[in-house]
Amino acid sequence: MRALMEGSEAIAEAAIAAGCRFFAGYPMTPFTELLESFAKRLPEEGGACINAESELEAIGMAWGAAATGARVATGSTGQGLSLMQESMSEITRAEIPLVVFNMARGQGDYFQATRGGGHGDYRHIVLAPIDVNEAVDITQLAFHLADQWRHPVLIYGDYLLAHTAEAVAIEPRSAESLGGPLPEKDWAVDGSLGGSGRSRNLNPIGMEKGSKGIDPDRFWRLLQEKQDRIEAAEQRFEAEHTEGAELLVVAFGTLARFARYVVRELRAEGVPVGYFRPITLWPFPGQALAEAAAGARTVACLEQNAGQMIDDVRLSLFGSGLPASSVVSIGGISTDAAGFGIGPLLDTEVVRDRIRAALEGRAVDGVLGGPIS
Amino acid sequence: MKGSMTHRMKLDTANPPAQAARQKGSFASGLQLTTDHDLCPGCGEPVALRALLDAVETLGLAQRTIGVVGIGCYTALTSMIDLDLIQALHGRAPSLATGAKRMRPDALLFTLQGDGDMVNEGLQEVIHTAARGENVTCVLLNNGVFGETGGHMTATTVIGQRTKNTLEGRDAAYHGHPILIGDLLAGLGGTSYVARGSVHDAAGVAKTRKYFERAFESQMRGEGFSFVEVLTMCPTGWFVPTKEGPGYLDEVMGSVHVTGELKVGGVLKRD
Repeated sequence: MRALMEGSEAIAEAAIAAGCRFFAGYPMTPFTELLESFAKRLPEEGGACINAESELEAIGMAWGAAATGARVATGSTGQGLSLMQESMSEITRAEIPLVVFNMARGQGDYFQATRGGGHGDYRHIVLAPIDVNEAVDITQLAFHLADQWRHPVLIYGDYLLAHTAEAVAIEPRSAESLGGPLPEKDWAVDGSLGGSGRSRNLNPIGMEKGSKGIDPDRFWRLLQEKQDRIEAAEQRFEAEHTEGAELLVVAFGTLARFARYVVRELRAEGVPVGYFRPITLWPFPGQALAEAAAGARTVACLEQNAGQMIDDVRLSLFGSGLPASSVVSIGGISTDAAGFGIGPLLDTEVVRDRIRAALEGRAVDGVLGGPIS
Repeated sequence: MKGSMTHRMKLDTANPPAQAARQKGSFASGLQLTTDHDLCPGCGEPVALRALLDAVETLGLAQRTIGVVGIGCYTALTSMIDLDLIQALHGRAPSLATGAKRMRPDALLFTLQGDGDMVNEGLQEVIHTAARGENVTCVLLNNGVFGETGGHMTATTVIGQRTKNTLEGRDAAYHGHPILIGDLLAGLGGTSYVARGSVHDAAGVAKTRKYFERAFESQMRGEGFSFVEVLTMCPTGWFVPTKEGPGYLDEVMGSVHVTGELKVGGVLKRD
C-alpha cells in the first residue's frame, strides 16, 4: 500500500522492514528526523533506539549490537560522521555488517564517504539514492549487502532526501530478490561458546584465540582481496540518452534528480545531451561511465561541492581517449544561509543554464575544474 | 634463604621416586585456553583476569558471557580467554557493551579496560553507561600508568607518582589531580554495585573474586550498572623492582584508591 511519507520516516520504515532492530544516534540537522523516526518505531518492533551521548558512542553502540548478529544502523550528518570515522575503520576491519546514514549538508562529504574516511587502508560501500522511493529500495539493499560482504554500507542522503514527502510502498524484500541467499552469521557473538575451546573474538586486527601475536600483513591482504571482489561485483549506475550524446552530465544523489529532469527536457528539444548517475559512489562505476562517455565531446560533472566526484570521473576516463580538459565541472559550492546544503544550484533553470554553457563552451559562475574546450 | 641445611630431609638421590613428592596442581581456570602470556613479570593483570574468569565459572555463566575488551597490555590476554569477545577501540568498550546487551539481554556483559582506556580516553562512555543504568559490568584494571606505552601518567596516577612524563612525580599544581573513578561512578543514580579490589596479596585476590561474583550476580538480577575496579601491579611502568610491586601497589596507590565495596544494592556504603 502506498502512503505519503517524509524521507526520514520512509527510510526508517524500510530499515525496519529489512529487519533492523537497533539504532543509536545524536541529533543533528538534517539527520535528526531519522533518529526521531527510529526512536518512535523501534520499541514498537521489539528493538531499541538509544539517544547516545555523542556520535562516538552512537557508533560504538551500533558496533556492539551488530557484533551479536542483529541488523543495526546508525547515522548522522557529515560532521557527526567525522566523529564516527575511527570506529568505522575498525568495524570495516572487524568485518561487521552495519548500515550508516549520512544525511549530509550538501555533497561536500563525497571524499569522506568514498575514501574510507578514517585511518587505515579500507573503503566501505556507499549508496546514493536519488529520491525517497529509491532510498526505500536502497535501504533494504544496504542491509543485504552489509550481511553478504560482512562490510559497512553507507547511505549518502541530504536535507531534501530527509525532508521531502513522497508516496512510497514499503514491503519487506526477500534475500533472493536482493541478490541471493545470505551466509549464516556464525561469526556473531552470543556468549554460547564460552569454555568450549571454540569461543569467538570479533576483532579488527586478525587476532585468533589460543595463539599469541597477530599477522597484520596477511590479515590486511585478505581484507583487500574482499574489497577487490566488492569493487568488481557491486558497481551500480543509471544512464539515459547516452546514445549520440555530445555532452554527458554526471551527477549523484539529489542533484542528479535535477540533472536527469533537465537532460530529458533538452533531449526532447533535440539537444544531444546524456545523463549518467553513479548509484554506488564506492565502488565507482568507472567502466560503465567510460562506455557511456564513449561518443561524448565533453563530460560535465554536476556536484554540489568544490569538485570531489570529478576525481573519480577523471580516473574512470583516463586512457579512454577523451582529453582530460574535456572533463569539466558545472557544479560548485552552493548552500543556504544556515549551511544545510539547500543552495541555488538545486534549481532546474540553473542546471539547464550550466549544461547549455558547457555545450557552448561558455564559462559559468562557480565553475571549477578544467576549461571547457 | 632462612633455615638450615641440617633440618632438611635427606633424599636418596640414587633411587628417585617414580612421581614428584608434591603434585604440581593445575592453576588454570577452565576458561583459559593457555596460561602462557607475554606480559611482564610481576604484572597484576593476569591475576585480575583469573579472578574474573573464576567468578564467571563459579556462577555457571560461561555459556552466556560476552566480554568487550579495550586496548592496553591486557588486550594481549584475549587470546587465552575462552569466552566470546568483542575487541573494542581504546575507550569505547562501554558503548559496545551497551549495544550488545540490548540485543542479548540474557547474556552477562562485561568490559575489560585499563585506566588509560576507561578514565582517560573513554571517561564519558563509562559515566553515561553508568548513568543510564545500563545492565552491564564495567571492569577497570587500574595500575595508574599507561603500561603498554612504557609507563606514562594516566588520569588515575596518584600525586607524587613518577612516570615517564611526570619525572619528578605527579604535581597537582602542574599535572592536576587523579580521578577516583569508582567513587565518581558510585555517586550516579544508575549504578547498583561498585567495588574496588586489589591483587597485591592473596587476601586481596580472594576479595576481588568475591566482588566480581557480586557484580555479575547484580547484573543477572537486572539491577543496573555494576563496576569492579581492580588495582594491579605494574612494576615495569612504575620503575620499581618486580618484588616491590605488591608493596608499592598497596602503599602508594591503595592509600589513594581505597579498596572495599563502595555501593551495594544501589546504596552507598561510605561517603
